[in-house]
Amino acid sequence: MTRADWRRVVRDRRGALGGAVLLLAVITALAAPLVSAGDPAAQRDVVATRFLSPLTTDGHGVFHPLGTDRFGRDVWTRLAYGARISLGVGGLAVLLSVLIGVVVGAAAAYWRGPVGAALLAFTDFALALPRVVLLLLLGALWRPSALLVIVVLGLTGWMSVARLVHGEVRSLAARPFVEAALALGVPPDRVLRRHILPNALTPVIVSAALGIGNAIMLEAGLSFLGLGVQPPTPSWGNMIASGRDTLVNAPWVATAPGVALVAVVVACTLLGDALQDALDPTRRRP
Amino acid sequence: MLAALARRAVTGLAVVAGVVTLTFFLLQLAPGDPVERLLGPAATPEQVLAQRRALGLDRPLMVQYVAWLGQFARGDWGRSIATGRPVLGLLAEAVPATVELVGLSLVASYLVGILVGAIQATARPRLDTALSVTTVTLFALPGYWLGLMLVMVFTYWARWLPAFGAAGLDADLLTGWARLVDRLRHLALPLTTLALIGVGGAARFVRGAMRDVRAQPFVTAAQAKGLAPPRVLLRHVLRNSLIPIVTLLGLSLPALFSGAVFVEAVFAWPGVGRKLVEAVGARDYPVVMAATTISAMLVVAGNLVADLAVAWLDPRIRHGEGDR
Repeated sequence: MTRADWRRVVRDRRGALGGAVLLLAVITALAAPLVSAGDPAAQRDVVATRFLSPLTTDGHGVFHPLGTDRFGRDVWTRLAYGARISLGVGGLAVLLSVLIGVVVGAAAAYWRGPVGAALLAFTDFALALPRVVLLLLLGALWRPSALLVIVVLGLTGWMSVARLVHGEVRSLAARPFVEAALALGVPPDRVLRRHILPNALTPVIVSAALGIGNAIMLEAGLSFLGLGVQPPTPSWGNMIASGRDTLVNAPWVATAPGVALVAVVVACTLLGDALQDALDPTRRRP
Repeated sequence: MLAALARRAVTGLAVVAGVVTLTFFLLQLAPGDPVERLLGPAATPEQVLAQRRALGLDRPLMVQYVAWLGQFARGDWGRSIATGRPVLGLLAEAVPATVELVGLSLVASYLVGILVGAIQATARPRLDTALSVTTVTLFALPGYWLGLMLVMVFTYWARWLPAFGAAGLDADLLTGWARLVDRLRHLALPLTTLALIGVGGAARFVRGAMRDVRAQPFVTAAQAKGLAPPRVLLRHVLRNSLIPIVTLLGLSLPALFSGAVFVEAVFAWPGVGRKLVEAVGARDYPVVMAATTISAMLVVAGNLVADLAVAWLDPRIRHGEGDR
C-alpha cells in the first residue's frame, strides 16, 4: 500500500470513522489501568455495591459510569480490560489465519503440479467444513482459554486468505516485472518472496480488516457459550453471558459490552470497505 | 451441466465424509470421557471399565470408527450415552425445529434484503448512506446479543412475547388456532433475531451486485432503447443480479446455521444446534457424531440446491458456457 492509498482511506468517511473507532478501542484497551478504576475483578461490599445503575457513586466514593454487575464489579473497568482480551484475541487469531493462508496460497501457486492441486483441494475442502461446528468441538474439547480460542479461530479462518493469495500470485506471476526479474537470473523463490508476495498482500489487508470483526464476534460467541475466555477474566463475550442472568435487574451489564462489540465490528467493516475501494481503482468513487 | 453437478455431488460427499472422520477422531483425542461423566466421581474403576465395555468404547479406535460408519449407513445411529434414548428419535425432534427456524429466516431475510438492496441501488445518495449504515450495523450484530436485547424489550419490558422454548407449557392442551398462535409467538423472537442479521448481509450484497450490473453496457443499451426505467430495473438489472445472490443464498446456509447455534442457545429453541452444544459438553459421542453429520449434510445440500437454482436462472451456465 502506498501513501496515496492511505490518504484515500483516511479521506473516505467510512475509513476515517472506522479507523477512529478502532483506534479509540485499542487505546482504551492499552490504557485500561489509566482510564478505569483498576482491577476488573475488584469486589467490595457485594450487597451494597451490586446492581448500581450507570452514573452512580457507591458508598466508597467510587464513581461507576456504566454501573456495576451482580458482584459489585465496575462494568466500565471490565469493559476496558475486556477490550484487551477481545481485541487481542481477534487480532492474533486473524494474524495466525493470515500467516497460514499466505503460506498455503503462495505454496499452491509456486508448486503448480500435484502439490499445488492438493493444497487447493484441501483449501476448498476446509472451506466447506461448517466452521461453527468445528469451533464448538475444538472449543469444548480442551480446557477453554484465550490461547485455545486464538488457535481455533486461526485454524478455521485461513482458507479465504489462501485462495486470495493463490489467485493474486498466479496473476502477478504473468506480469512483465516478474519475467524481468526471472530473466535477470533472480532465483524463483526470491522472486516469490521479494517481488510477488509484497504485491499480493493488498487484498489480504482488506480481508484481514473484515476478518478481525468476524473473529471478535466469534470469540465473544464462544465465551458466551462458556467455551472461551473464563471468568473472572473479563471478555466482552463472557460479560454478555453474565449479564444474561441479570437482564431484569441490571440490563446495562449485558448492553454495554454488546454495544462495544457492535461498534468495533462495524468499524472493522467500514474500514475494510474503505480499504477495498481505495485499493481497487475500478471501484474508486469519483 | 450434469457432469458438473455430479462432480459437485461427489465433492459434497467427500466434505461430509471428511467432517465425520475429523469429528470422530477429534472427539477421541480430547480429554474427558462420556462414561466418567455418566457415572460421576463416585464410580469405581471397575464400574467405569464395565460400562466402557458395555458401550463398546474399549475397542481399538479404527474398529469403533468402521463399526460406527457401518451402523450409521444402515440407519442404526445408536443410543445417546447421556440419556439412553435412541439418537435417531432425539434428532428427529430437533431437525424440524432448526429447519423451520433457519428456513423461515432465510426466506424473510432475503425477501427484505433484496427489497432494501434494490431500493439502495436506485436511491438518492442520502437515503443510500442511511440504509448502508443500518445494514452494516445489522450485519455486525451478534445473534446471541441481539436475542438478549429483544428478550429484554419484548419479554421483560413490554411483556408481549415469550422468550424461551418452541411452545408454551400448556401447548399440548391447546387446539387449532390457539395452538398456532402459541407456536408463532414463540417463534417470533428467535426468527426476528436471525432474520434481522440476515437482512444486513443480504442487502449489502444485493446493493453491490445491482450496482455492478447497472454499469454493464446492456443496461445502457436497454435505457437507450427507451424502455421504462422500472422495466429496466426489474427485468434487466434485478434478474441478472439474482445470479450471484442465489449462489450467496446457498453459501449463507452455513452462516445461518451457525447463527442458529447461538440463537438456539439463547432462546432454548429445541433444535440441532442446542442438542450439539449439550452433547459436546457431555461427550455424548453418538449424538455429536449424528448431529455433526446432519448439519454437514444440510450445508452441502444447500450449496447443491443453490447451484441448481443458478443453472436454472442463467442459461449460459445451463448450457455449459459459463465455466470459469
